Amino acid sequence: MPDRLVLRDVGKGFSTKKGPLRALDGVALTLADGEFVSVVGASGCGKSTLLRIVGGLEQASEGELILDGSPLLGPGRDRGMVFQQYTLYPWLTAQGNVEFGLRDLPRRQRSEMALEYLNVVGLGEFAHHHPGQLSGGMQQRVAIARALALRPSILLMDEPFGALDAQTRSLMQELLLSIWERDRLSVLFVTHDIDEAIFLADRICVLASKPGRVREVIDVPLPRPRTFEQQMSKEFLQLKSHVRNLIHDEAARNAGFVGSLA
Amino acid sequence: MSNVPSSARQETLTESRRAGISTGKPAGRSPAARRRTRLLLYEPIPRTRYLLLAVCSLGAVFAIWSGLSYGGIVSNLFLPTPTQVWQAAVGEYQSGVLYSDTVASVLRILSGFVVSSALAIPVGVLMGSFKAAEAVIEPAIDFIRYMPAVAFIPLTLIWFGTTTSQKVVILFIGIFFQEVLLIMDNVKTVPRPLVDMAYSLGLSNWQVLRRVIFRSALPGIVDTLRMSMGWAWTYLVVAELVGANDGLGFRIEQAQRYLNTPEILLGIIVIGILGIIFDFGFKAVYAKSFPYMSERKS
Repeated sequence: MPDRLVLRDVGKGFSTKKGPLRALDGVALTLADGEFVSVVGASGCGKSTLLRIVGGLEQASEGELILDGSPLLGPGRDRGMVFQQYTLYPWLTAQGNVEFGLRDLPRRQRSEMALEYLNVVGLGEFAHHHPGQLSGGMQQRVAIARALALRPSILLMDEPFGALDAQTRSLMQELLLSIWERDRLSVLFVTHDIDEAIFLADRICVLASKPGRVREVIDVPLPRPRTFEQQMSKEFLQLKSHVRNLIHDEAARNAGFVGSLA
Repeated sequence: MSNVPSSARQETLTESRRAGISTGKPAGRSPAARRRTRLLLYEPIPRTRYLLLAVCSLGAVFAIWSGLSYGGIVSNLFLPTPTQVWQAAVGEYQSGVLYSDTVASVLRILSGFVVSSALAIPVGVLMGSFKAAEAVIEPAIDFIRYMPAVAFIPLTLIWFGTTTSQKVVILFIGIFFQEVLLIMDNVKTVPRPLVDMAYSLGLSNWQVLRRVIFRSALPGIVDTLRMSMGWAWTYLVVAELVGANDGLGFRIEQAQRYLNTPEILLGIIVIGILGIIFDFGFKAVYAKSFPYMSERKS
């Protein structure tokens, strides 16, 4: 399979009041076409920063980012983004929000596309609702429809289900998987939820923190299409315990639990 | 995440919701209903009760005024009776000055307000979204803003005489600088994820500014304009008190010369009523233009 996204030696430094801070260091990662890769790590490991760099919303201090063979410069519609925070425009309807990214299409085609993708996420009937009239889960489904409607080379998701309750979150994971099965999109998915990372992905990229760097890239051998029951399987739990061990000590250290728990 | 704790959490959630429903029951004799004796902060009240309370409060002010003036507790020279103010209103209406004063004042305030706001909106939006613009403009505005606008009246009278331009200049000095800073803040509170999203949807800087930042800040800007209209009335009346040949402030100043307190009070009341009308207008525009602001769930 051809490479969709290649990250070579990506680093990011910030200057803060306390001096320079390394957020990311020498991150190398390759996403094949149609591959689903999760990025997990303790909070503060720079996983969101990494995604924002790929999204073009922040600039890497060093390294190379290549999408479909050409270097990435700034944000663009070839990457569909979904954030944890609700990013729907409250003055637009669900349909208006999906159409917002399709401005260069003729009006009729735009509204057809928007409705098509609202149907994909099961919200065709809610096309004329404003975000304020939709639940958190529905709002994120509209956000996903908006990203999909761009027909992007890659989908970049930054803890998209992080603000949802547990039941809605697991339904959203299944919805995302069904869309992925249908379209075989390339997805880079940032989360702190290990179950979510394993359940969704072909590979998991575990980041170590301070500075953020790739600790291990793990294949997820679970067969597809995935089902909810797999989350109870022995393989799943073994994988989960492995990833957990990689992250746990660091999470405790970062959160100031040194000595009390470690 | 395992299933057990999450489903347990769900149960507690449903339970509390059920408790919430039973507390809301109006005539129930349940223990929950009896518990509801305390007035809680932020608690909504029925619309009819809201209106009733509002009418009562206005009625109370009127009653105190009537008691003090009709009852002879305060001399009518200082506090005229409602009847006297009504007669003054009828007199000014019949002579036509009530109408011409109102028109003069409203035209002035609208000109000053439109000129100030038309400049304050672009400048404020730019300052809120573009740090360099803020750095260049804000220090000067902070400085001028603390100069009292009414202190410019003598100077502006020398420059422009008692013309409408002079009133517009005073209104401008009074409200432009406040508006700019408030609009800058309106723009700064636009959620960053909305802006990030716009960039990732391929919008240019100019499109982001116009279609996302300005649009998102617009409800806040309309509220800022509504408040600045309130200040505008104060500055206008002061300007008219000092140097004008007509207008509501001028009429008050004239009445003062002849100790005509009913006309003074009439002028104040008319200004108050006009202020409320403008305020209602802004609120109506807000409700009509931004229905999504009130349908938000959280």
